[in-house]
Amino acid sequence: MDFKDYYNIMGLERDASQDEIKRAYRKLARKYHPDVSKEADAEALFKELGEAYAVLKDPEKRAAYNELGANWKAGQDFQPPPNWDAGYEFTGGGFSGGDGSVHSDFFETLFGQGFGSAQADRRQTGFHARGEDHHAKVLIDLEEAYRGATRDITLRSPELDSGGHVATKQRTLSVKIPKGVKQGQRIRLTGQGSPGLGKGQAGDLYLEIEFKPHKLFRIEGRDLYLDLPISPWEAALGATVKAPTPEGPVDLKIPQGTTAGRKLRLRKRGIPGTPPGDLYANLTITLPAAESDAAKELYRKMEKELAYNPRSELGV
Amino acid sequence: MTSKTLKGILLDEQTELSLQDLCHACSTSTEWVVELVDEGVLEPIGHEQAHWRFSGPSLLRARAAMRMQQDLQINLAGVALALELMEEIEAMRERLRRFEIDNNS
Repeated sequence: MDFKDYYNIMGLERDASQDEIKRAYRKLARKYHPDVSKEADAEALFKELGEAYAVLKDPEKRAAYNELGANWKAGQDFQPPPNWDAGYEFTGGGFSGGDGSVHSDFFETLFGQGFGSAQADRRQTGFHARGEDHHAKVLIDLEEAYRGATRDITLRSPELDSGGHVATKQRTLSVKIPKGVKQGQRIRLTGQGSPGLGKGQAGDLYLEIEFKPHKLFRIEGRDLYLDLPISPWEAALGATVKAPTPEGPVDLKIPQGTTAGRKLRLRKRGIPGTPPGDLYANLTITLPAAESDAAKELYRKMEKELAYNPRSELGV
Repeated sequence: MTSKTLKGILLDEQTELSLQDLCHACSTSTEWVVELVDEGVLEPIGHEQAHWRFSGPSLLRARAAMRMQQDLQINLAGVALALELMEEIEAMRERLRRFEIDNNS
């Protein structure tokens, strides 16, 4: 288990006041909030921040954490000292870091006890109540958005067993992913959430679509972006070249006199839908290596016959 | 232990959610959703509250609003402003992308 330096995460000194902790949290929370931030790992950073704040804002937990000493470094393998928490009482509650926040092992080992039990009691709201809705993410390949897919989804959720203990239950659902889904879209599965209480209906399950990173294409909504290398002669003379798409290669016409950085639009080759997305090929020009004598000779010939100065606009 | 294949409903612009659906999916009260409508964060179709229909993406907006309200401790007017500004930034990014493409080809 890795040690977590909560002060470092929040950019604070160990003697920071409670007010400073609060201000640092507010500022960083706005920066890393997954609904606001454009940073790729915003969600992970925000969770880490929430965890750090959950400990440091609570004087009891903070004092206990400080007891561990200042000599630990982030990432260092950590085992809590025996009875380290003797004399501290954790009441839990208060932390609102989003949906069913999952804390690090480090946090759970130190502060886990109070939280679990507080969560389990919360849902008893009446004798006949609709079950809770659940939200989960489903990772799909870009290609699957083009043709639709069926996915087995394994969900784990804490449930109370007959003895009243919290146990993790696992179930597998086979779900159809329709063609034309976009990043972030939700699929609603009626009745697949928590069972209702008494005569209450079961809740619903909402699946959020998330694409796995693709090695060729960058995905923006239904549009795709592709870096497509072409040769200097294809750029200068124009050519028809093969370009990959998620549905297989297509022919793409490169106009004569193409410059590097130019983007070509392939209409309706993005993710299907109404309207379908487009595929953009961002052209890069790559040079063949001058390894053989013949290649060297060709370059020398170009140098001699083309009289080309790429820096003429720079005045040199 | 796989049962038969389930077919869900894709929540897109054409999907309609009732006020109850939305409240339940966000684990929140009717009053809170009504406040979102009052602030203009959500724009349901239908005049009377009992007949309100929300589009699929409303769910994402409502849940984003809820997380921002809780995590950043801003009031609903602030959430509404932040969402509007973020959408404006997104629209401008999109225009910039199109502009770069049209200018290059």
